[in-house]
Amino acid sequence: MITILDVHEKQIFESSYTVQGGNFDEAGKVASQIKVILKKLGLQADVVRKAALVAYESEINIVSYARKGTINISVTPQRVKIETVDEGQGIPDIDLAMQVGYSTADAKIREMGFGAGMGLCNIKKFSDQFQITSEIGKGTHLKMIIHIDNGA
Amino acid sequence: MNLETIVRLLDLKVFSGLDKLKTEVLDGYTGDLLSDVMANSKEGDIWMTRQVHQNIIAVASLKDHAGIILVHGAEPAKDTLEKAMKENIPVMGTNLSGFELAGRIYNILKGKKDNAAVDL
Repeated sequence: MITILDVHEKQIFESSYTVQGGNFDEAGKVASQIKVILKKLGLQADVVRKAALVAYESEINIVSYARKGTINISVTPQRVKIETVDEGQGIPDIDLAMQVGYSTADAKIREMGFGAGMGLCNIKKFSDQFQITSEIGKGTHLKMIIHIDNGA
Repeated sequence: MNLETIVRLLDLKVFSGLDKLKTEVLDGYTGDLLSDVMANSKEGDIWMTRQVHQNIIAVASLKDHAGIILVHGAEPAKDTLEKAMKENIPVMGTNLSGFELAGRIYNILKGKKDNAAVDL
């Protein structure tokens, strides 16, 4: 187990958002809000870009596969942490789920251009630290860290 | 090259974002898989797609695209248009296929640059 959050770090921002499963009308809304906030905090463009992508894909995963979920974000001078906890079916085989192109999405989801088996891979690719745990019948928990290079 | 010039040259239909046509188009991206577009497109891209549902607005907004062009005569769904207007994202349309449109936009954006390089 990696300890990602140092409790002594100074929080610049912290917030939590609820996402309803199946609600594609609102999908992307939380990621958009997170992007606006990170921009306002004056973070570098590439950090904002990575965090927006990670938040977006995580949000789409909750909408596509879970009953509901929470997206937590916290920012310190050193990093952005995005953590999602969902109530859903869980992932039986995480290694398989992490393979590019593997997806359990139904036709409706695929028709919209989601469910191409890229979401989790993108999240991992755009995060500096990535952790996934899942419990069948309960849900999935993701933790992502994006470093802020402040030249220190 | 701004959106207005591309709209004029290719006779595109403008569904939303009329007041944002001065936006500079830096490059282009084609794709209908939203995760692919999220991962690989860039700020300032003109995004060409056949998807018409409202989630394309969130993607274009998150990626700071210059705008979206719907190909092959596609029109935005009603809620897509509403969202595009609310977020002021330029959504345009063409009867050209994705292949034709991408080729023409490539020539507009990069053709001259490439020719110039050859001339040197």
